[in-house]
Amino acid sequence: MSRRVVVTGMGVVAPNATNLKSFEQALREGKSGLRFIEELAELKFGCHVAGVPQNVDALCEEYFDEDALMAMNSSHRMGCLAAVDAWTDAGLERPDPKDDTVHWDTGAVIGTGVGGLDTACEKVGPLTDAKKVRRLGSTTVEQVMGSGVAARVGGLLALGNQVTANSSACSTGNEAIIMGAERIQSGKAERMLCGGVEGATKYIWSGFDAMRVLCRTHNDRPEEASRPMSASAAGFIPGSGGGLVMVESLESAEARGARIHAEILGSGLNCGGHRTGGSMTAPNPDSVQRCIKLALEDAGISGEEIDAINGHLTATGADKTEVNNWSKGLERETLPWICSTKSMIGHGLGAAGAIESVAAILMVSKGFVHPSINCEDVHPEIERFADSIPHKLVEMPEMKTIIKAGFGFGDVNSCLIFRKWEG
Amino acid sequence: MSEQEIFDKVVKILEPYVKNEEAFASVVKETSILEDLKVNSARLVDVVLAFEDEFDIEIADEDADAVVTVGDAVRIITEKLG
Repeated sequence: MSRRVVVTGMGVVAPNATNLKSFEQALREGKSGLRFIEELAELKFGCHVAGVPQNVDALCEEYFDEDALMAMNSSHRMGCLAAVDAWTDAGLERPDPKDDTVHWDTGAVIGTGVGGLDTACEKVGPLTDAKKVRRLGSTTVEQVMGSGVAARVGGLLALGNQVTANSSACSTGNEAIIMGAERIQSGKAERMLCGGVEGATKYIWSGFDAMRVLCRTHNDRPEEASRPMSASAAGFIPGSGGGLVMVESLESAEARGARIHAEILGSGLNCGGHRTGGSMTAPNPDSVQRCIKLALEDAGISGEEIDAINGHLTATGADKTEVNNWSKGLERETLPWICSTKSMIGHGLGAAGAIESVAAILMVSKGFVHPSINCEDVHPEIERFADSIPHKLVEMPEMKTIIKAGFGFGDVNSCLIFRKWEG
Repeated sequence: MSEQEIFDKVVKILEPYVKNEEAFASVVKETSILEDLKVNSARLVDVVLAFEDEFDIEIADEDADAVVTVGDAVRIITEKLG
């Protein structure tokens, strides 16, 4: 019998809000955080819209000292803000740098889809090629190494258990939470701070723009540009930010009297092997359905018990396939409420699953379904599920169970089931 | 530039890296950057780059290695400024 695992803290830095309370408000209001980015237009990107958290540098000056900030690029800043917020939201005291106490039973899995490309492209490439290697200073490696954010957080919070980073493209954030939960289930840790981050930089977005997977049709209407499940969806809007959740054993949470946001009831992780229509960039529908079923089986519930779905739903042509996969995976002819947080914040890549898991946990713990904006014109191929898409806030105090999925390049899938905590 | 001016600028550059504020409050030329101020040794290369930028000089690795105290930094910078 494996141990029960709960979520006791959350922190979020998203394009439409930079703390948990304002994020919940933004979700309820259906507030878009997407903006026109002039630099993208000047640089002749096809897409001129992105999701960038606001006021991050000013917040960082309140949270971190100058020494740390000199070694923190965009993803570090947003990830560390979210991490500290999740820590304090979990009812824990931020450690004094002069106190040598280490939290041996607490670790972190903080992933990123791409990583510190801003540092790599603004500093490493130019200075190296200009024969000015020594000008890179001492802070380059920690900003480009894959585990950079986790490493910085490990020091800020004096973590002593496993501190690492995972990477599974747009499935990263969910996967991190699942990896942390599994470590706690196995008894190797009591608390794991888990989630994903992605920096706000043109150097991450340009590759996606070149693939023509970003939306080019709504540059003059940024707040309408991310249109998951819509007939007029024309690609995703790149996003950025950080989402972290404190995953904790139920025993530990109860022993310290922690407030519990939700229980992690079950999860699934798999890969489609680039078969049956799957590829580097497209999911194998069989593996998606299988991943959903794995999570249900792990949770010990049937698809009928799911009250709401927070989908991956990016606003590409894949949405209609995903919605049909939900129907098959849950074995339901009609779907429960299904919404896309990306409709408001764009696609946060490695941070997406984590920020959206925070949204899902807020919804199940507070009993609401946030509006999935910009899909008044539901795609014809999912017309039969149209009534399940909330265009306005739905108050749902009776909600008990929400399911969250993420799919990433590499044909990888992740699925999490969160249950309202009723003590 | 007077030695005092250079000293003041060196101290200002060191400030964000200092982990021992007490020692920093009474900083003198004999104060050791690593031992007394507890600056992370990895960050010394950034401190030297900041000296270069502030004074528009170049500090070779051998000179940088000779910087132990605040006074060492002031002396090397003074020499470079001619």
